[in-house]
Amino acid sequence: MCLGVPGKVLSISDDKMSAMVDFFGVKRELRLDIVDEPVQPGDYVLNHVGFAIRRIPPSEVQETLALFDQILKEAAAGDLMAEDVRGEIASGKERDRA
Amino acid sequence: MPSGAEELKFRDPEKARALTEALEREVDAIGRSPVSVMHVCGSHEQAIARFGLRASFPRKLDVIMGPGCPVCVTDTPEVDEAVALAAQGARVCTYGDMLRLPGTSKSLADAQADGGKVEVVYSVSQAVELAKQRPAEQVVFFASGFETTAVATAATILAGVPENFSVLSSHKYVPAAMDVVSEMKETSIEGFIAAGHAATITGWGIFEPFARRTGTPVVVAGFEPLDVLAAVVELVRLIRLKRPEVMNCYPRCVSKDGNRAALDKLWQVFEVVSGNWRGIARVPRGNLELKPEWNRVNARHRFRIDTSVIGGAERNLLADQCICGAIMSGLARPSQCVLFGKECRPETPVGACMVSSEGACKIWHVYGGHPDLREVA
Repeated sequence: MCLGVPGKVLSISDDKMSAMVDFFGVKRELRLDIVDEPVQPGDYVLNHVGFAIRRIPPSEVQETLALFDQILKEAAAGDLMAEDVRGEIASGKERDRA
Repeated sequence: MPSGAEELKFRDPEKARALTEALEREVDAIGRSPVSVMHVCGSHEQAIARFGLRASFPRKLDVIMGPGCPVCVTDTPEVDEAVALAAQGARVCTYGDMLRLPGTSKSLADAQADGGKVEVVYSVSQAVELAKQRPAEQVVFFASGFETTAVATAATILAGVPENFSVLSSHKYVPAAMDVVSEMKETSIEGFIAAGHAATITGWGIFEPFARRTGTPVVVAGFEPLDVLAAVVELVRLIRLKRPEVMNCYPRCVSKDGNRAALDKLWQVFEVVSGNWRGIARVPRGNLELKPEWNRVNARHRFRIDTSVIGGAERNLLADQCICGAIMSGLARPSQCVLFGKECRPETPVGACMVSSEGACKIWHVYGGHPDLREVA
């Protein structure tokens, strides 16, 4: 749970309160109420329980993604870290948006 | 079947070797054995166990998991309140790991089996959606998690919730528990590893008063194996130098002040109150409760919660042997529990630490039962 999961912002809602974010191919809507700085499409954010809690500085994105790549790709069934990361991905709202 | 601990593979083996050697030197220079440090985050234990990191720690170094699992420290009476609310007809929504957490006589999974309306959600927002879809029902969000997670609950309340939505808070505040554990006479924790993503919200500055007051250094660490290793090296160096400072070893995610906007929302909605942490102690200022001005969304104020409806405890002989409290206080390891991997398994958990994916016992069980490979070598 305290791992969070990084994703790439695809679009921002008109009211600027939420964003469509891609998490390793899964698209989910995140709330932007508590993110630390304004985000734009193309930015990476860290998601915890459906909320963007941090905009990841561009220089740190690759290093941040590497851990999650490793966790998700190499995970055996029942792997706790992968399950927690998938749970965090599932915390975003499912919604199709153009 | 789970794979068990992986063979250790660092992304940068040379850097890992340099860090391992530096760690050995630092621990040797202290000249005591063991040097004990504690982390307070289930994700750190997952990373240490999954990547087999203990195999690269010196034998004289103990890296112990403390009270870093919010589900595990949720106290029995808090579960009883949620079970009673479900029995009284409310729809109780909660994060997945809370379902099987034992109450005095029942868990929420038992309440569900009894016909109670219990829902697993991944976000507080999903609980609010359920309340909107079912205006005739009372929807209670049984809120677990540390301050990082409480921020989301706070933001949701501030954004406005339907009249039929309320919160039963079991949110906990980690810095308060570090105080309690560091003052336990039985433990001899010389340094703390703080959870990187929690510190994203609080900032690393929050640990400075703790470090000064207790004389215990704190390092903030990320979750990548090299991040963890580098942080442990710095922590042991601070212990050797007797410098009770806070060091940020996760600058790519953590600043000194943290996320001010999020903290403002947290403290608009929550206040710290004293409360029991399961198996550990009464923790002064350790629980996050809704402030009185939010009583209208506080399930403890909205409902008369009658825990007598769920019946009393039957004497559970297995539970009497459970040492979860000692494990979370850093006094024992999961493998020292007589129930571990026998009567107590993820499918049939006896204690809270085997229930949650962030519990030390479940983590050790899934990653091979005995991730401290030094002991079997």
